[in-house]
Amino acid sequence: MAEFSLPKNSKVQQGKHYPARDAKKPRTFRIYRWSPDDGKNPRIDTYEVDLAACGPMVLDALLKIKNEIDPTLSLRRSCREGICGSCAMNIDGTNTLACTCAIDDCGSGDVKIYPLPHMPVVKDLVPDLTHFYAQFASIRPWLRTQSPAPARERLQSVEERRKLDGLYECILCACCSTSCPSYWWNGDKYLGPAILLQAYRWIVDSRDEDTGARLDDLEDPFKLYRCHTIMNCARTCPKGLNPAKAIAEIKKLMLERRGA
Amino acid sequence: MSANELRDPLKAARGLGSAQSGVAHWWTQRVTAAALVALGIWFVGLVLGLLHADYATAHYTIGRPWNAALLIAFAITAFWHAALGLQVVIEDYVHTRWKEISLLVLVKFLAVLGALVSVLAVLRIALGV
Repeated sequence: MAEFSLPKNSKVQQGKHYPARDAKKPRTFRIYRWSPDDGKNPRIDTYEVDLAACGPMVLDALLKIKNEIDPTLSLRRSCREGICGSCAMNIDGTNTLACTCAIDDCGSGDVKIYPLPHMPVVKDLVPDLTHFYAQFASIRPWLRTQSPAPARERLQSVEERRKLDGLYECILCACCSTSCPSYWWNGDKYLGPAILLQAYRWIVDSRDEDTGARLDDLEDPFKLYRCHTIMNCARTCPKGLNPAKAIAEIKKLMLERRGA
Repeated sequence: MSANELRDPLKAARGLGSAQSGVAHWWTQRVTAAALVALGIWFVGLVLGLLHADYATAHYTIGRPWNAALLIAFAITAFWHAALGLQVVIEDYVHTRWKEISLLVLVKFLAVLGALVSVLAVLRIALGV
């Protein structure tokens, strides 16, 4: 059965408190900490950061904590402008990118920061996305053609290109998939919103000639049909995309090729 | 080194491959849902109409051809839809394999049995046997 209470060694405990000295504009961050090396339970450490000497985004605060307060804090980050997807985490109760999430936009009170939900944790805010990436590889996300390669690039009309809008922007940050209860309970088999949006991105690409095989691969009670239109994916996507709509379009194509 | 570390993660992601089914289940669930909206409203109307009726009136009303036909349609659709829906719930939440399979089969048995009993009950009234 699905388990609704945490096992003993996963119960989150109260951790250390790092008060700010002489802060002009203090703000408290409560951050999930866990290390694979010390055999201890996860804990919530509390950091007070002076926002008067800190950038506006949550990532700025996290890096300030790592640089100036506690260098043991682990997190992924790279581009700091919402295009690499590395710093996806659960901030103030919502999966989003730390680099594009303004501290002022977080609700009043402490800013709570956790790793992406329901994924194995490598350390602190770093989730293990191995299976997620393998699922992406499993849909073979590249242009698949049968016709001979042309002498120049395969062309696409403006209208055909427009169909990729709202799909190509996905940066595979995993915010949507890890917000989806269906992915929590059945993520071993269910592909999840991010991978299904990517699958649809190739299904709807006018230059791709393997549409039938792509639909064949998805026609499965678990790979595709675990989507119960809960819509957390569309709600949480930091890029403003709608994976649920992409999944609905795949379901419509499934029906179209068999008839009602 | 565990067995999993010897395999590329792609092996687990591809799993047993696609079952090549699912669209029929999904579509049937929606068609039966749409049918139940109409049949459900009709059924509530029928039951409200019989609220203070005596036995003979209720017996006569249920036995009328259109009422009997729609009652049978309602019973079959309701049990069909329930079986499809419960299957999804069980697949979502029950992850012990033997419990999952047992429950999936049990739901199918109960749904067929429930539908048969309902149909037989209406037929006995309608045909007067």
